[in-house]
Amino acid sequence: MTRPTEPHATPAPPHDERGPREQSGEPATAAGPSRSDGPQHARRDSPEREAAKQQARKAVAGIGFYTFISLLLAFFALPLLWLATAPFDSSPGLSVSVPDFTLQNFQVMWDNPYALRSIGNSIILAGGTGLLVVVFAALASYALSRVRLPGRDMLLYVLLLLSSIVTGTAAMVPLFNLATELKLIDSQLGVILILTGGLLPSAIFILKDFMDGTPQSYEESARVFGASPLQIVRHIVVPIVRPGLATIAVWSVAQVWGNFLIPFLLLRSPEKSPAAVVMYTFYTEGGQANLALISTFSLLYSVPVILMFLFVSSRYGFRFHGGIKR
Amino acid sequence: MSVLTRRAVAVTGAAAVTLVLAACGESGGDSGSGSTLKISANAVAGGKNEQEAKWIEEWVIPKFVEKKKADGEEVKVTFEPSGVDDEQYKTKLALDLQGGSGPDIMNLDGIWIGEFAQAGYIKPLPEVVTQADFWDGWDQIPDSVQKLGSFENERYGIPAGTDGRVLYYNKDLFEQAGLDRDWQPTSWDEMIEAAEALNGLDGVTPIQLNAGTAMGEATTMQGFLPLLAGAGEHIWDRGKWRGDSEAVTETLALYETIYGDGLGDPLLQQEAQGRDKSFEQFADNRIGILLEGDYFWRSVVSPDTGIAPMEDRDEVVGYAKIPAIEPGGGIHGQDFASMSGGSARVLNPETDNPELAFELLTFMNSEEAVKALLDGEARITARTDVNEEVLADDPMLKFVSDEVLPVTAYRPGLADYTRVSTLLQEATAAVVSGSSAEEAAEAYRGKLEGVVGGAGNITN
Amino acid sequence: MPETSPTDTSTGTLGNGSKGRPSAGAPAARESGGDAAGLGRRRAAGFVAPSLLLITAFLLFPALWTIYLGLTDYRLTGFAAADPQMVGLDNFTNAIGDDRFSNSLVLTLQFVLGSAVLGQAVIGFTIAWLMRNRTGALRRTVEALVLLAWILPSSVITFLWIALLDRDGGTFNALINTPGTAWLLEYPMASIIVFNIWKGAAFSMMLYAAAIGNVPPSHLETARLAGASTWQQLRDVVFPRIKGHILTNLLLISLWTFNDFTPFLLTAGGPEDRTEIMPVFIYKIALQSGELGFGAAISVLMLLINLVIALVYVRLLRQRKDKTA
Repeated sequence: MTRPTEPHATPAPPHDERGPREQSGEPATAAGPSRSDGPQHARRDSPEREAAKQQARKAVAGIGFYTFISLLLAFFALPLLWLATAPFDSSPGLSVSVPDFTLQNFQVMWDNPYALRSIGNSIILAGGTGLLVVVFAALASYALSRVRLPGRDMLLYVLLLLSSIVTGTAAMVPLFNLATELKLIDSQLGVILILTGGLLPSAIFILKDFMDGTPQSYEESARVFGASPLQIVRHIVVPIVRPGLATIAVWSVAQVWGNFLIPFLLLRSPEKSPAAVVMYTFYTEGGQANLALISTFSLLYSVPVILMFLFVSSRYGFRFHGGIKR
Repeated sequence: MSVLTRRAVAVTGAAAVTLVLAACGESGGDSGSGSTLKISANAVAGGKNEQEAKWIEEWVIPKFVEKKKADGEEVKVTFEPSGVDDEQYKTKLALDLQGGSGPDIMNLDGIWIGEFAQAGYIKPLPEVVTQADFWDGWDQIPDSVQKLGSFENERYGIPAGTDGRVLYYNKDLFEQAGLDRDWQPTSWDEMIEAAEALNGLDGVTPIQLNAGTAMGEATTMQGFLPLLAGAGEHIWDRGKWRGDSEAVTETLALYETIYGDGLGDPLLQQEAQGRDKSFEQFADNRIGILLEGDYFWRSVVSPDTGIAPMEDRDEVVGYAKIPAIEPGGGIHGQDFASMSGGSARVLNPETDNPELAFELLTFMNSEEAVKALLDGEARITARTDVNEEVLADDPMLKFVSDEVLPVTAYRPGLADYTRVSTLLQEATAAVVSGSSAEEAAEAYRGKLEGVVGGAGNITN
Repeated sequence: MPETSPTDTSTGTLGNGSKGRPSAGAPAARESGGDAAGLGRRRAAGFVAPSLLLITAFLLFPALWTIYLGLTDYRLTGFAAADPQMVGLDNFTNAIGDDRFSNSLVLTLQFVLGSAVLGQAVIGFTIAWLMRNRTGALRRTVEALVLLAWILPSSVITFLWIALLDRDGGTFNALINTPGTAWLLEYPMASIIVFNIWKGAAFSMMLYAAAIGNVPPSHLETARLAGASTWQQLRDVVFPRIKGHILTNLLLISLWTFNDFTPFLLTAGGPEDRTEIMPVFIYKIALQSGELGFGAAISVLMLLINLVIALVYVRLLRQRKDKTA
């Protein structure tokens, strides 16, 4: 996905860190004449020297850039290696090694009564929550952005802060008893609603800034042509903030995908348990991790979110267009 | 002033929301109709305690339903598996019970009985079912084991099984260090002497004594408490908790000796996966002496089913009773000491069908059912008749059953125990990282006062 | 905020970028608060209602109840479960006097400062800045990896890090040739800080990428042609324009990091409480010891600390506005 801004419209200016690939040949040729001129000309030829220096500086910057990027890539890729090797190892340990290749672990996973189903359950919970969060947060943030409601900023901050209490462990009794009274125990809907409630403040907070940053001229024109507010939101606002909605969707799905405590406490039937809960069952009587199962399951467990990410990033781009700001 | 914590508040809030949301809610799906029972255990097929989960699903439920059918009664029994940390399982059960729901029959760790009873979540069996004391199975369960399912001398549940702790040692390493392959220390000094001899071996941790908070309860059960019993004291005695007594200090001093002199690996104690690692290292002949429960023998180093299997377990792994600090120095003047734990199955007092639930409970603890659970495996059960039969072929478990259980002790099943246990873990951690035993004991005592409600509940 | 100054508006960015620029900045029309779609208060309230309902039911109400629990000695089991008593502010005074609480608070502040404010924000900005004019495979790879760390479930990534930092077989020890170093034990706080930077840098990266995209390219160019160094460009051109973004970013990642429980899965708060950050402390109190009243009180204290952090940021934000206005 390319960025929507058009800074490249102008020719690359000299200081652009475009990287050494395009520049790699230059320093040598530029430095050549300068050196042959000899030191006594240094002062007189200073513009050339300057140019040479700049070229050298650029080369150094280029080297620095690629060194930094390599380190960065290594830093972010290194932990992921285990996920690529261990599931295929017949007796995985904690070290990354060329696996003693086997698909046996996947067979065991296939035979586990809850493993695969749990991924489906996670998709239900995460998908349901993601949908509710995106729809409700979009509506609310749009309204909050366009219409002055008394004390709305204060309200947002308070809710943002309160969400930290509820996502913590101490609120489990209130949440549990609330769910009991609402007959939401052992109900996936209950988990979805509770998680949605917890995620909405942050989502609205982020989305409202998106909304603030979008131009309103189209909305005005649409209104002139007699479109209803809902139509305006659907046909004009949503397309503009779509990358933001996608980002929020991915964010909320990722939050639910990893959440253990709420589904664990509220769901009773193992047939309804999501992957985060099932993953904790791969331990033996004494609490030892079954690495073969865990590594394999980790991989399966990660695939859906990776697919989602790839889909979203190829379809909508994965960034905050316009950014969030206040 | 009493406080509203449960329903009253929930109802108030719920009422407001229900107006809008009730339509969406699915049914909670609790017992409801006449003859439905639900069993809960921290066991799940394909995960933790799989054997028990399968037993309940494939043996208990069909057999019981069949049996009742023969009596002309239709019953439905369901199983609610779990497979998580014990604390999380306990939390979930407690939440269920405080809300007035929960399974009809549930597995509880023996040490939770007291706190659940105090909270009113469970009731003495005879209060739930009048004929509870007349079950013929009680005769098969030794009094000492019945303590597991009891609190303040009342039966709350039927014990499911028990265990014992011993010192495991590696006979090959002992031989390399010039020690006898047959070993039974009779005092802590002899234990240390052996460890010192092992210290000469390269790449071998002479003795692994669980310590620190990362190991959690393993530190207390497979470390501090059996040693404390060997030094002559219970952690809870005649209604009071033990402070910085002599025995407590002496026990901590043993840790000081082991970790101060490099006989143990202090880092292993701090790692979140330290206990797993200690298993791996023992199986790999890198640990000389290890204090563990019989679980270690059955499920860790077992050549067939272990998670750190040792092909030559029967030849290489030796076991010895945990010595008292000196002969006769243990509790009740014993020469040896140990600790035991285990779980019990209890009834939910809120069950809709107490009689039927009790019938299922006793069915699960019948000789036939217990044997079916073991499925040929040797394991120490609560029932004497079963033990006599299944332990005959396993000298190690027979050793525990015959030699260790008579000298063993149990933890107090009180709500405060968990916190006291954590303090003990912290005290051992402090010693391992360099505090003196006295300092650690003193710090422990200081914190203990805050935990158990003042110095009045502490004795030395 | 309505007062957003014209220079701060996103002249260069327009959603999917297909329709060209909006009519020359037109600050008046873009003020938030301008009801362009003719929503009206009542419809606006209708738009907000579903969120508000869910938030009230599943956030506000449990949160208030938790605050109330903080005033009791409620526990999950034992006598205090059967008959909880009102204890007033005892839980709060006990917590404040408790060494574990102050220890935990200091650790949490270190964690937030190290991993969020310095770590995620700086790394995220650096990546965004370096990648600002790039397209193609390199940028996609970098972004994909950084984002992957962000979206993978925490139970999975903690396992990856346990494997990475393992004392015996860990890749990291093999790589930098430090066999036998138990990173999680010897440098526990540093480990979870690095871990959290790894896990969370993506959000800052995305946010700053968008923010930098809003800086008019012509301004940067002018600075460049005038011979400004990278640092001078950042200081004089970029930072003044993205201050708002920086503060929003810092506010969110600080709060999120403050409430992040994931390090528990890595170190369980150990060794010896050295990584017992606030959420882990509360987990231990509430779930492991079942002291829900005390745990609730600490949650409330944590909320107050979050409030202070938020107020500091909001105040900084205001100052900026006063200056630009």
